[in-house]
Amino acid sequence: MKSFAHKLRTITGVQYAALLEYRAEMVLWVAGTVLPFILMGVWMTASAKADLVLQPVEMARYFFATFVVRNMTLVWVVWEFEQQVVKGTLSHWLLQPMDPVWRHFAEHLAERFVRLPILVVIGVVFFAVYPDALWTPGLWDIPIALAAIVLTFIMRFSVQYTFAMLSFWTERAHAIEQLWALPYLFLSGMVAPLALYPQAVQQVLVYTPFPYLIWYPAQKVLGLPTAAGSVEVTLGMAVGVMAFWTLVFILANRLLWRIGIRRYSAMGA
Amino acid sequence: MAVIEAKNLTKRFRVADKKPGLWHTLKHFVNRRYRLIEAVREVSFSIEPGEIVGFLGPNGAGKTTTLKMLTGLIHPSAGRVAVVGQTPFQRRHDFLHQITLVMGQKQQLIWDLPAMDSLKINASIYRIDPVEATRRIDELAGMLDLGEELQQPVRKLSLGQRMKAELLAALLHRPRVLFLDEPTLGLDINAQASVRDFLRAYNRQYKATILLTSHYMADITALCPRVMLIHEGKLMFDGSLDALSARFAPYRELNLEFRHEIAREQLESYGEVESAGGHAASLIVPRDRLTHILDELRNGFDVVDFTVTDPPIEQVIGRLFRTGSLEAAAL
Repeated sequence: MKSFAHKLRTITGVQYAALLEYRAEMVLWVAGTVLPFILMGVWMTASAKADLVLQPVEMARYFFATFVVRNMTLVWVVWEFEQQVVKGTLSHWLLQPMDPVWRHFAEHLAERFVRLPILVVIGVVFFAVYPDALWTPGLWDIPIALAAIVLTFIMRFSVQYTFAMLSFWTERAHAIEQLWALPYLFLSGMVAPLALYPQAVQQVLVYTPFPYLIWYPAQKVLGLPTAAGSVEVTLGMAVGVMAFWTLVFILANRLLWRIGIRRYSAMGA
Repeated sequence: MAVIEAKNLTKRFRVADKKPGLWHTLKHFVNRRYRLIEAVREVSFSIEPGEIVGFLGPNGAGKTTTLKMLTGLIHPSAGRVAVVGQTPFQRRHDFLHQITLVMGQKQQLIWDLPAMDSLKINASIYRIDPVEATRRIDELAGMLDLGEELQQPVRKLSLGQRMKAELLAALLHRPRVLFLDEPTLGLDINAQASVRDFLRAYNRQYKATILLTSHYMADITALCPRVMLIHEGKLMFDGSLDALSARFAPYRELNLEFRHEIAREQLESYGEVESAGGHAASLIVPRDRLTHILDELRNGFDVVDFTVTDPPIEQVIGRLFRTGSLEAAAL
């Protein structure tokens, strides 16, 4: 375990250094995730004109939180893995006594540390523009929000890494992953807070992985209650649902890996 | 006990069979056809510890596919393979600790960082203590004549320096078996010689077994007392370089000096003209017709002097590769 932690720490450290070489690009990548701010403008206007569940200032906070959650849980492993399989560069990692998943995981982890300072700058600018949106989190809100973000990241990574396994069968696994992107967009709470959805829909959604990708961690970032319809999503329930779906995808992933790796022909390697 | 053992090793690939053009694209879309390619066909050999073996063959002969099966990257379709007593495609950690694969056209070093950073990762993955890792890096860097280069971003290194750093990264865990696929590809003559010297020294020092593919015959002649020749997936030859020359070069090189100037066209009916200009010419002639052709030349021209030599191994193998057919190469 100690040795594994040392490996992960070393790879993360080196990857952090590698990603720093692309710090200018990183600013652009973060800039490419401003959809929540556009949606915030739309929903703030709608909220000001109509009697919605959330007030404009609550809308501003919610979409800022979704921006943070989305950035801190971003995963791109399907694109990278697909390229590795197609170009045969996966071979180098397969020849080393460490499952390639940990190299990808460490790379994502390192990226968070490069992304974080940019998010802080954006946060400062955001609250300078919308000072009313500033809120004071409670003592336990911060660790709970961090834990929710970590769990969301792990679940999102295991989902996308499972889609990545399809690279052993098709050269366009990321296109299949896009099938997941559609429900993710509409059911995760990214385009609208879950409270604006019909009660019946909310009650079903809380048992799927989708609200835990954006809505749940965003609510935790804001230190707000997490009730969906008549269902109170307690911390225990959230952890349970996320753990269940993460496990389902990890099992599917390991199965696809074992079958897929036999098909790997290391093209061009 | 053999360190590498292959028995009837076979690999078949299923590839899409599609003709060009829109019509065939649409046809292929609704009715996909595949054909089976046998990249490696019932190849058997064994390699003892400490041996350096050259693996030769023209492009597409099945060399790299065989190496991939030996390293566990791909599963054989049939046959058995054991490396350091293990089944490669199970990719057990104990097995991976004992082997390495260097691919001349692929790199494992992180492009934007100094090679030292990639070495740090490898040291942690192979559980090499940091002090021991530094000692090994110093030792290998000394053998490879690398110094400050390890602190420079990989992208800033020359091809030769990069390949040396790749070798260092691949050997940091001191593997017992080295699979080298074109390790000198694209390097200049000095860098090639330096890589060869290093491999020889590494083999001597650590009694490592090396299986090497290269299109540079200098690599093979300098390093490999034993060669295996693969062609269209079949192992055609396994033995010493001299035996290879005797078997696949049943011809000799005839160097002639004439009293008068001679034109290439005048000699073409006697054999394959390697060179002709002024008073000298060089011909390749079948071994069994040498005396007869020499008599004819002496009758037809004023031959001042001649020498008969065996063609160099580079030429023999080069000829095999150029013709693409072992039968044709045998004149």
